[in-house]
Amino acid sequence: MNNFSKVRSVRHTLSNLFRKGVCKVLSVGPIPTHIAFIMNGNRRYDQKLNLAKGTGHSIGLLVMLTMLMHCCDLGIRYVTVYAFSIDNFKRKPEEVERVMDLLKFTFELLSEKNSIANLYSVKFHFSGNLDLLNEPVKNAAKELMANTANNSKAFFTFCIAYTSTDEMVSAIREACDERRRAMQEQKKTGGNYGLTKPVEVVDIEKHMYMATAPYPDIVVRTAGENRLSNFLLWQTACSQLYSTPTLWPEVNFWHLVLAVLNFQRNHSYLDKQKKLL
Amino acid sequence: MHFSLQFSLPPVITALSPRSKSFSHQPHHHRIKKLTSHVPKSPLCSTTECALIHQCKEEEEEAFDGRVEDQTLPLGLRPEALPRHVAVIMDGNRRWARLRDLPVGSGYEAGVRSLRKIVELCCEWGIKVLSVFAFSSDNWFRPKVEVEFLMSLFERGMQEDTGIFLRENIRISVIGDLARLPEALQELIINLEEATKNNARFQLIVAVSYSGHYDVVQACQRLALKAKCGLIEPSDINESLIEQELETKCTEFPYPDLLIRTSGEFRVSNFMLWQLAYAELFFAQSLWPDFGEAEFLKALLAFQKRQRRYGG
Repeated sequence: MNNFSKVRSVRHTLSNLFRKGVCKVLSVGPIPTHIAFIMNGNRRYDQKLNLAKGTGHSIGLLVMLTMLMHCCDLGIRYVTVYAFSIDNFKRKPEEVERVMDLLKFTFELLSEKNSIANLYSVKFHFSGNLDLLNEPVKNAAKELMANTANNSKAFFTFCIAYTSTDEMVSAIREACDERRRAMQEQKKTGGNYGLTKPVEVVDIEKHMYMATAPYPDIVVRTAGENRLSNFLLWQTACSQLYSTPTLWPEVNFWHLVLAVLNFQRNHSYLDKQKKLL
Repeated sequence: MHFSLQFSLPPVITALSPRSKSFSHQPHHHRIKKLTSHVPKSPLCSTTECALIHQCKEEEEEAFDGRVEDQTLPLGLRPEALPRHVAVIMDGNRRWARLRDLPVGSGYEAGVRSLRKIVELCCEWGIKVLSVFAFSSDNWFRPKVEVEFLMSLFERGMQEDTGIFLRENIRISVIGDLARLPEALQELIINLEEATKNNARFQLIVAVSYSGHYDVVQACQRLALKAKCGLIEPSDINESLIEQELETKCTEFPYPDLLIRTSGEFRVSNFMLWQLAYAELFFAQSLWPDFGEAEFLKALLAFQKRQRRYGG
């Protein structure tokens, strides 16, 4: 190993040790159970650095995997990302195709035996209307879910072909269908479903795509915008919203640290408020 | 308490310059339309507020002669880029009172004054709908004395301002699980909504005993009933059908363009979840009773700079 490599290796090791140290310090305070990311700013990254179209998305996906590792190191068990909205289908077809190819590549990469999925024991889940995806992407997603079904240390959700309103429509349809079937069953057995119990939050929630995860503690949106863009509207009713001007491909461990510190600062106040309620 | 649109507005104001006393002595500046000639004196108004009202009254008597002049937007605000529907989470009333060693009730009363101010500005600047989160479903868990005070404050506010709503052509809608409210208040709400339903200048939507989850659940309940009666199939349910059942069906513009939350909290707190899908969020540091014209202008100017892409 030459001197340059030695220095790089030492620097890398020190950097890892420092990050681990920071994780230990942060762990003294409350760590969020679930963090959600709106990975905004990939296209602006291309424009900013005069890069070929699509470079921002490629780097963005790498950053996403890196952030997943950082979240695991920090002990955050649930991570959700807004990978592709139903609204994004309105974009130029070549852009949509590029992103879909990238996602398929990522799912296949994660399905490999020595990927971070197995290294960190991450179970992958997909939230969205997967029928809107083309077959290769859909199959790659299903394979990833199947390959990681037994992992249990962390849970990562890709929101793809997703909007929150679409999720609620789907859940409400299923809730109404369930009630009608229950009513028909009752009729057959001679029971009276006429005086039905009213619909409750739980009746809808159990049919949501996101039913596999608790509500997010933090929603991080990058690239400086302050809006939810139809992401997890139901689940983020009481989540801490954190906006950073950094573009998603430029995000790193320290942005995660800031988001968690922000959460910890507000957590004790929120706890007090809950007690006052 | 009073609700008055009688105040002088200088033709040019910046986001941070408060209205100075000198402006109000210059009657040739643009004013908003004189709509009332009598300002009932509030037993609870502060010394400063009373002085301002009397001052305005004097100016109008000496210079106005009942003439109506056009409204003027503050510098920087473009009428075509104004949000049509603004939603507000009026947070910070209790903290405001605690900081001043006042009872919590004073904080809520100060909050009502602040709301009246913002309603005036909305009318003046051409915003069509203002939704305010007055009382959440979670707030029922607050101390009983506090809840009772709030209910009586709503009742009092509505009774005292009925004349103003009618005169100013303001429509009032109240959304939420109203069955939990005292009966007298429920009746007052029904009557007020009925009396103002044809008013078209501006709509104030007050969310009381409301949550975003409750709104979606009650919409689902209505759709489940329709499905049960065979009016629709569950598979027919789509976004449009749900929108028609949400509580915001009372307005032509059900989706807020801008949500403002005061007191430095960065959360939506279960307000209008479906409807806020594409709303721009603005988080103000000041407590609600301190949120005045300057802060509102700041929020609107920030809104105008935002690029709304709706995922495209």
